[in-house]
Amino acid sequence: MKLTRRDALALGAGAVVVAGLPVRAAAPGADFIEAFTGGAEIADSGVTLIAPEIAENGNSVPIEISADGASEIMVLALGNPSPQVGTFKFGPLAASQSASTRIRLAETQDLLAIARMADGSYAQATAHVKVTIGGCGG
Amino acid sequence: MSSNVRPRVRVPSSAEAGETVLIRTLISHPMESGNRRDNDGNIIPRSIINRFTCDFNGESVIDVAMETSMSTNPYFEFEAVVPESGEFTFKWYDDDGSVHEDVKAITVG
Repeated sequence: MKLTRRDALALGAGAVVVAGLPVRAAAPGADFIEAFTGGAEIADSGVTLIAPEIAENGNSVPIEISADGASEIMVLALGNPSPQVGTFKFGPLAASQSASTRIRLAETQDLLAIARMADGSYAQATAHVKVTIGGCGG
Repeated sequence: MSSNVRPRVRVPSSAEAGETVLIRTLISHPMESGNRRDNDGNIIPRSIINRFTCDFNGESVIDVAMETSMSTNPYFEFEAVVPESGEFTFKWYDDDGSVHEDVKAITVG
């Protein structure tokens, strides 16, 4: 079969699509960040995310999030099969915009907390957690 | 499946007006993520609690949208302001449609 110019272009386009996939995988959680912030700029201060440096059991990793003046905080576990952990909305009777909970981590990875402030701006914090035994049953 | 689900909540029984109180909640729940497989290699379907809310006298304290990366037996710790005597209402919304509820009264005196 002779390779026409059109075929070559089609092949090239296919290669771009294939090559594009790993790039998407390299930025996990990007869709969720986009959905939460609508693409707005995210400041690097104003959020506290406390997580252990080393978690022996990935089934239950204690974390604490806080952001003064936040209306909502979203937490992502970027290395999990499904990165979404949860979104915390604080009501008028919340004494502080902070909460502690326990999450699952499949492997050593970065956590990301993004806060939507009352004025509509966004801020984030990250934490790297080393996981000894993964917690997603994979 | 929700037969073993039991909420546990710790709230002080009394407070000063406007005081901040610490609230701890735990609910026993398997939080099946939908990622695991059984012995025959079939995926065990997702079954989690997908939302937790805490209100005081009808006003919101916290409202958490929960996803599959939350641990088994979900635990929350947070702070609430108590303006007057009343009741904290805690609700856990299950994937199976049921809502697990707990109520704690607090007296301002």
